[in-house]
Amino acid sequence: MKATAMTSENQSRHSQSDLPYVLILKPPPSFLLFGDHFLDSSKFQYLKAYESPLPLPQFLQEHAQSVQAIFSSGLAPVTAETIRLLPRLGLVVTTSQGLNHIDLTECRRRGIAVAGAGTILSADCADSAVGFLIDVLRKISAANRYVKQGLWSSQGAYPLGYKLGGKRVGIVGLGSIGTEVAKRLDAFGCSISYNSRSKKPLVPYTFYPNVVELAANCDALIICCALTDETHHLINKEVLSALGKDGVIINIARGPIVDEKELVRCLVKGEIRGAGLDVFEHEPDVPVELFALDNVVMSPHCAVLTTESFEDLGKLMVGNIEAFFSNEPLLTPVSLDG
Amino acid sequence: MESQLPQERSKLRTKDLPQVLVMKPPPLLTLFEDKFISTKFQLLKAWESTLPLDQFLTTYAGSVRAVLCSGASPVTPHIIRLLPSVQFVVTASAGINHIDLNECRRLGIAVANAAAVFSDDAADAAVGLLIDVLRKISVADRFVRRGLWPAMGDYPFGSKVIISLFVCFTQESWDCRTWKHRSAVAKRLEAFGCTVLYNSRKPKPWVPYPFYSNVHELACGSDVLVVCCGLTAETRHMINREVMVALGKQGIIVNVARGAIIDEKEMVVCLVHGEIGGAALDVFENEPDVPKQLLQLDNVVLTPHRAVFTPEGFMAACDLVVANLEAFFEDKPLLSPLIDE
Repeated sequence: MKATAMTSENQSRHSQSDLPYVLILKPPPSFLLFGDHFLDSSKFQYLKAYESPLPLPQFLQEHAQSVQAIFSSGLAPVTAETIRLLPRLGLVVTTSQGLNHIDLTECRRRGIAVAGAGTILSADCADSAVGFLIDVLRKISAANRYVKQGLWSSQGAYPLGYKLGGKRVGIVGLGSIGTEVAKRLDAFGCSISYNSRSKKPLVPYTFYPNVVELAANCDALIICCALTDETHHLINKEVLSALGKDGVIINIARGPIVDEKELVRCLVKGEIRGAGLDVFEHEPDVPVELFALDNVVMSPHCAVLTTESFEDLGKLMVGNIEAFFSNEPLLTPVSLDG
Repeated sequence: MESQLPQERSKLRTKDLPQVLVMKPPPLLTLFEDKFISTKFQLLKAWESTLPLDQFLTTYAGSVRAVLCSGASPVTPHIIRLLPSVQFVVTASAGINHIDLNECRRLGIAVANAAAVFSDDAADAAVGLLIDVLRKISVADRFVRRGLWPAMGDYPFGSKVIISLFVCFTQESWDCRTWKHRSAVAKRLEAFGCTVLYNSRKPKPWVPYPFYSNVHELACGSDVLVVCCGLTAETRHMINREVMVALGKQGIIVNVARGAIIDEKEMVVCLVHGEIGGAALDVFENEPDVPKQLLQLDNVVLTPHRAVFTPEGFMAACDLVVANLEAFFEDKPLLSPLIDE
């Protein structure tokens, strides 16, 4: 699907209303932090579905001929239904690291291009994952709570944490994020192994063909893979049992990759050592059993978001959209093959 | 009162195993007493006596050549004077501020500590604390735990561990081996893409990072100060108001060394007034008392002088202390001596 080209001569002659439309379904977090004009461009304009009183399907039908691109922050899913109501749709861009909120099958069927966050967030994700791991092992948040409640002076010493160096770390999904995690934990003296869809030839880490085997040979599992049909509940009872009572699990990927009910059961019964979780199966609902546990560290799906990454992502997204409307290659296209 | 020895070991007593004076038991001795049993020495446990310490030393410690000390039982010039035969002082800790190093140096008394075994764990903790402060992990955890997520949704976002993150070290005067500790932190932070700078009394030619001759200048060029030097007369309150203001409103301080290296009162003022961005502290000037204003601050992470310790680290420290003592009594080189620079 060809985009409407906007050359610079045309632009100066055309008014704002001639700029191509990019649909936004729900306000992205960056608008809340930095204002509505944070992602403005002189080459396109936004059509904000959330500002209309119309129900979404009706709104889409009304604007069906104008919308050539959708910008999704991840808060609003881009479903097959939505896509089918937009015959001129040629591009979906997202600032989310995960893509599970976009119906990629429908995009592939229609030949709609998808652009994502690329590797911009990889380092931030990895920083968080490592931060969580150290926090859980060394009980940093729990100790922080202890001190701030005034218990150090009244109750004395706090239990020791566990050593990080020498721990065997298993990375589930050795993509861009998994690689950054491995690089960091290597420097801490951890030994790294991984499971991925395929073995990576030039990588110095031990490969395990399935997650159960990986878990059986690790002290910590770090989930760095995407949520797909294959990875739904990938971390199940068998994996958690293989990980064992000295094992820790860190999830900064997607909640549904882990069988949350089973995870909670294991944590409550002490069948695994601890967990660091930024994501949950039914956000914003978090199993209340976790609130009482000192060996769990939680955050509300924000571990990866930083002021700097908002700015970088914003520029990247605008760049992708502008490239699309100029018929230039996308900056961070997502492969829809396979 | 002599040391209490199990019956079977009273036989060794007759072989005159050399004695190691322990004025008060270091925490490690209390936790792992078995690890300190050796065929090469025995412990002279002053705290088990009803005599006041001075009298005990004068009566029983005249020929004692080695002392196992700790923060609770400092080795002061006064104590040294009561130990005419002492030639070796060992501590099970990384810190050595409870030993009068000048007096030991003057008298040729060898000193050893256990810094080496804590280096990696200390570095892990320092980095963990830093990420926690920067990414507000503990704050987020509290937010979720209080059940606030469903109602509030939005959340203030932490600031990234940015690529050009400068870190400071300070070299202490005694031991270049403790450089291992600082380089452990540097190695980890480099893997995150941080830029490392350091301050030291003198530049170290083998260190690959830019050198700053004073802490104030270092703070000007840094986003984060990681304090991991020893507490000495020179480093006491080295991180003062001037340094903190130079670090600036976005700046973070991480301290896993000794509380007194930072002017704590000033730091509290700076934090409360937003003159520095945040702090992660495992140590304080008057433990276990923590300034009350810090308890309320979200941009401060506090741990009760524990972050650095692990069971493995403790066991290794015991082994190292015993190995040093055995080496001393066998006239072999010490394993972790402090070297005067």
